[in-house]
Amino acid sequence: MLNWLKKPILAIMITLHINGKEHNIDAAPDMPLLWAIRDIIGYTGTKYGCGKGVCGTCKVLMDGSPVQSCVLPVSVAEGKHLITIEGQNETLQLLQQSWAELNVPQCGFCQPGQLIAATGLLETNSNPTDQDIDDAMIGNICRCGTYQRIKNAIKRTVELKNQ
Amino acid sequence: MKPIRNLSRRSFVKSIGLASGGLILACNTAVFSNEESKENRGPITDFNPNLFVQLNSDGTLILVASRSEMGNGVRTSLPSVIADEMEADWNRVEIRQATGDKKFGDQNTDGSRSIRYLYGTMRQMGATVKVMLLQAAAQKWNVPVEECTAVNHFIKHSSGKKIGFGDLVEIAKTLEVPENAPLKNPKDFKYIGKELPSIDVGKYADGSAVFGLDIRLPNMKFAAVKRCPVTFGTVKSFNKTAAMEIPGVVDVIEIPKINRPFGALGGVAVVADNTWAAFKGVDALEVTWEEGANRVYSSDKYMEEITANLFKGTKVAKDKGNVESAFKNADKIVESTFQLPHLSHAPMEVPNAVAWVQGDTCEVWAPTQEPQATRSEVTAYLDVPRENVTVNVTFLGGGFGRKSKPDYIVEAVVVSKAMNAPVQVVWTREDDIKHGYYHTVSAQHMKAAIDADGKVTGWQHKFGLPSITSTFSPGVEYAAGWEIGSASNAPFEIDNMKVEVGKAPAHVRIGWLRSVINIPHGFSVNVFADECATAAGMDPLEHRLKLIGSDRMLGKEGNPYRFNSTRLKNVLKRAAKNAEWGKTLPDGHAYGLAVHYSFLSYVASIVEVSVKNGKAKVHKVWTCIDCGIAVNKNTVRSQMEGSAVFGMSLAFYGKITAKDGAIEQGNYDDYKMVRMYQAPEIHVDIVESTEAPSGVGEPGVPVIAPAIVNAIAKITGKYYHNLPLEDHGLV
Repeated sequence: MLNWLKKPILAIMITLHINGKEHNIDAAPDMPLLWAIRDIIGYTGTKYGCGKGVCGTCKVLMDGSPVQSCVLPVSVAEGKHLITIEGQNETLQLLQQSWAELNVPQCGFCQPGQLIAATGLLETNSNPTDQDIDDAMIGNICRCGTYQRIKNAIKRTVELKNQ
Repeated sequence: MKPIRNLSRRSFVKSIGLASGGLILACNTAVFSNEESKENRGPITDFNPNLFVQLNSDGTLILVASRSEMGNGVRTSLPSVIADEMEADWNRVEIRQATGDKKFGDQNTDGSRSIRYLYGTMRQMGATVKVMLLQAAAQKWNVPVEECTAVNHFIKHSSGKKIGFGDLVEIAKTLEVPENAPLKNPKDFKYIGKELPSIDVGKYADGSAVFGLDIRLPNMKFAAVKRCPVTFGTVKSFNKTAAMEIPGVVDVIEIPKINRPFGALGGVAVVADNTWAAFKGVDALEVTWEEGANRVYSSDKYMEEITANLFKGTKVAKDKGNVESAFKNADKIVESTFQLPHLSHAPMEVPNAVAWVQGDTCEVWAPTQEPQATRSEVTAYLDVPRENVTVNVTFLGGGFGRKSKPDYIVEAVVVSKAMNAPVQVVWTREDDIKHGYYHTVSAQHMKAAIDADGKVTGWQHKFGLPSITSTFSPGVEYAAGWEIGSASNAPFEIDNMKVEVGKAPAHVRIGWLRSVINIPHGFSVNVFADECATAAGMDPLEHRLKLIGSDRMLGKEGNPYRFNSTRLKNVLKRAAKNAEWGKTLPDGHAYGLAVHYSFLSYVASIVEVSVKNGKAKVHKVWTCIDCGIAVNKNTVRSQMEGSAVFGMSLAFYGKITAKDGAIEQGNYDDYKMVRMYQAPEIHVDIVESTEAPSGVGEPGVPVIAPAIVNAIAKITGKYYHNLPLEDHGLV
């Protein structure tokens, strides 16, 4: 951890817009968004995996783009439009449907992050190539190894979206 | 026939956590007639049921899941067996997770044996409920029972009238439990052998599945722990001032080192209002350690040591025929040394637990593969009666063996007791990688004699690795008997075979990791057999089938799990056929094969690998598994897919090293995993079988790394004996 982060930083009031609701919380501005969501606001669908932005398990959508909430200071998210796995988003819901249809998850723990990453992809690319999918999902680890099904479920969602 | 009892009217019902009112049956699960089960289960003398089925009057069918769900699909596969036999509607099934309690029988979810232990009894249970419902309907309608049939949650009469299962509960409850209820003809199975999706898939997809990390209790505190970098080092002193200055930190608590296999490592916990404050507090905390004896542990030096030990003072584990004379008379000698590093489980969900100690009672919520061992550890620490401790099992965000060891749960109990509040202990990823129960490190030396016809006439396998037993009996320096079997039982027909075990003391906690000893032995045996084929100038497939040899059974007559060489050859032939072994591949591409018998299942994989500009890529994997009856093919398929990726990660990247006693890796950036762009296309072939069901969660792993190495050898001419491949510049 950087040295300045070790210093005590006092909490301030921060307003977060998550899944269409406004939350006013007291948090240290350097607290990663992940912990504000999980421990203060109480949405636990967003997971902790690595704490340094290398596994993707903590991904949420910020103004439509996937971000790693475990390394994003909560103060940076103020005023932004955030969507977690619990949120309402048409693409996310289609993806969730495909995830169930293809029985993607094994232990399921990384899947919220995978679904958010896939949502980010399909929101900006309606017909991704295999390469596009690999590129968009490169930041997400699945220790159970469900990659083949994740990829197929993304493709299935593209079909559903374009129907 | 196992005794099945009707508990509907007994007070016992309350104690198993089921609402009364329904038809409730319970029974012991079958103990199969193989020796392994007997060893693990012990004799069952009392009626000690571990399987509970409740049919409510609204038709809901509730099953108590005694086993942990960690991606193994057990909450789906087991109940589907009952539902099938009783002709229930799968959509009416609900699962209730059991707490850790001996009355549920063996709950240790590891060893790839949940289905193996429970399948037969599950069928019996379902069939029994069905007979009772048929009798209830016959009684209600006053017709002969032979005129009634069960169809999708209804009992139908030949006249055409029908009644729902739920509406028969009140009568069924009063009936005696029939003995020897007839089982379905397997050809009529509706769910068994099919592809049922996970019953929990919706919860996984919408984020509502509650893992250990997601438990929230009123006024719960969060804690993180600083532990000595050297295993079994202890706290000399600490200064909590800087930690206490972090906003949100409420206390600093010392955790004693608990000298039990699953006891806490010891350290200093920072308790806070949120996880982040606890992490920052740990960072700020100053601790001075007494590092202890293991500070000498450096893995490079250790590898040299255990490799040298293969050539002095070994213990002979098997000596069949005369290998020395085989070597003397050989046309060719093949010889290789294998060195494999420690591995870490690194499940996506870090170790964590919530504990709430109130007076002399304690309740725990944790992602655990072993709730009964958890209960034992908590009971021992608190020194309270066992019934005062409740262990709730959450979903597990991966386990792979790590979550069989409840040291992290004991930490939560220690801190909760000190704080007099519910506490969630959360390990950072660094804690997980640096303070695990590591998969063993190993050195192996193999030597083979090959005659003029290319036949292997002598096989010598020496290996040394710190034993899992050392975690339970400190000081053990040689592999235990069960860690030798996968070498001494190499399924080859060779006249002269010798297996020797070298000395290897442990300096870290050694644990079991998905497929355990089959990782090092499956690797060395498969790569070395391939080298023998190359030395003999033969095709590896043809050579391997000859090496496995004649059709034969090993093991005791009557044991449904006897080793069958025909089944082993069959999976290899089928995988090869699926991959079209022998066909011309693009330049720089090659196939590699491996076949292995573990957890009583037979698995072969063919991999297509390319090496371009010195980098290896795995394009395709064809796995064939014979696990006897495949209860849920969807689960078997996903376990084989997952095993391919798990095996690939350990082949490409898996390496934990120690320097001056401290583990050097700390997160997914230096203990890497295969990602989607590297993941191969995986084809899974499941052998249709009527044999008794065997393991699925683990046996797909051991074949992957050797198959990859064998393919690379076809391209580069070089067999890599040491993993990971990243160390050779291949990744």
